[in-house]
Amino acid sequence: MRITQGTFSFLPELSDEQIRRQIEYSLEQGWAVSIEYTDDPHPRNTYWEMFGMPMFDIRDAAGILGELASCRKTFPYHYIKVNAFDATRGRESLRLSFLVNRPPREPGFALVRQEGAGRALRYTTRAYADDRPEGERYSGP
Amino acid sequence: MSAVIEPQPAAEPLGTGPLDLEAAYRQSQVAEVLEGLERDLIGLLPVKSRIRDIAALLLIDKLRSTLGLGAGAPALHMSFTGNPGTGKTTVALRMAEILHRLGYVRKGHLVAVTRDDLVGQYIGHTAPKTREVLKRAMGGVLFIDEAYYLYRPENERDYGQEAIEILLQVMENQREDLVVIFAGYKQRMDTFFHSNPGLSSRVAHHIDFPDYSCDELLAIAHLMLEQMHYQLSPAADGALREYIELRRAQPHFANARSIRNALDRARLRQASRLFERRGKPISRDELVTIEAADIRASRVFAEERAHGH
Repeated sequence: MRITQGTFSFLPELSDEQIRRQIEYSLEQGWAVSIEYTDDPHPRNTYWEMFGMPMFDIRDAAGILGELASCRKTFPYHYIKVNAFDATRGRESLRLSFLVNRPPREPGFALVRQEGAGRALRYTTRAYADDRPEGERYSGP
Repeated sequence: MSAVIEPQPAAEPLGTGPLDLEAAYRQSQVAEVLEGLERDLIGLLPVKSRIRDIAALLLIDKLRSTLGLGAGAPALHMSFTGNPGTGKTTVALRMAEILHRLGYVRKGHLVAVTRDDLVGQYIGHTAPKTREVLKRAMGGVLFIDEAYYLYRPENERDYGQEAIEILLQVMENQREDLVVIFAGYKQRMDTFFHSNPGLSSRVAHHIDFPDYSCDELLAIAHLMLEQMHYQLSPAADGALREYIELRRAQPHFANARSIRNALDRARLRQASRLFERRGKPISRDELVTIEAADIRASRVFAEERAHGH
């Protein structure tokens, strides 16, 4: 099941050139770009790990693409996303965030039912990948 | 969300007929920078002619590549050698501008660093530090001042070597992403390149900045004063010439930088001279004029008198 998260999530995967141009756009707007990764696919997982430092003072996308390449090399089967942070006062939040890497096989989610008092049923989802500990959840094709 | 993916407008296709070099030259707007170089930088003839050569090569290369006659990305890393105050940083800024206008660097900014910005304090500190700087310089020009400090042969565990290796790797593999300019004193740079042959062979252009002559320094002084909205009285002009001649013979002479410092001190003396006689009205002329006395009060003249006796 293909996870959709962030901007462009219903488009086909962005090519490296498209990623470069998105980063170029973000830098032109004066946003600070950073790279984050995780292997917990749950949609409520908002706390991803940052790869390296947040990158301020970068003028050209080449610097960030280099960092992205090394992130992909370190975590080839993780979810990786590129964030663009707007530091303008009053805004101070992400303006753009999109996935740039995903595991080759995404097993998806199970529906979990919990019996409550008086025949009530509570529903939740659980990622199949979560069965294994962090760092071992995804592997190559 | 306004981050739209749209295709780059295609470059104007060029026929196989004769190419208009003049049009390409005008289109690149590099002429402005070259003229600015001619106008704002006094002397430095060998430097200017080398920069014109490089600009011509890049322009021709661009024209050739539109015909599919690509010769590969030209090696653009440079070394600027010369005594302090001969305009290395200023020329590097112009160079970044030229490269940007010709499309050899994408952003055209200059990141000026020294050893401290590249080399770390302990094991494992250097590589991230150097990479951080390189990341910032991507799309522009990385200017490494006093580059010979990167290499300390007397200490074989010095981390400078590590920084050099990372630099080399990026200089070779990401040629279209950034241009590196090494700068420093001639002699020490020669030793530096001699002991790092890998580096030397990747630096295509070695440009030597000559010292300024007395007349050139005087012209520079006039240019600086003009920019600061000051002028010299005729007597002060003669005094400044004498000052430059004396100062040149003294140790630690840093060409244009020494002149700038001398002018700054003259401004200081002019200000306190005007302040002394406060109460009386001051004319605009007095405010902008530096008198001979402001220059003759310099330590340089005092020393000369001491030696003379």
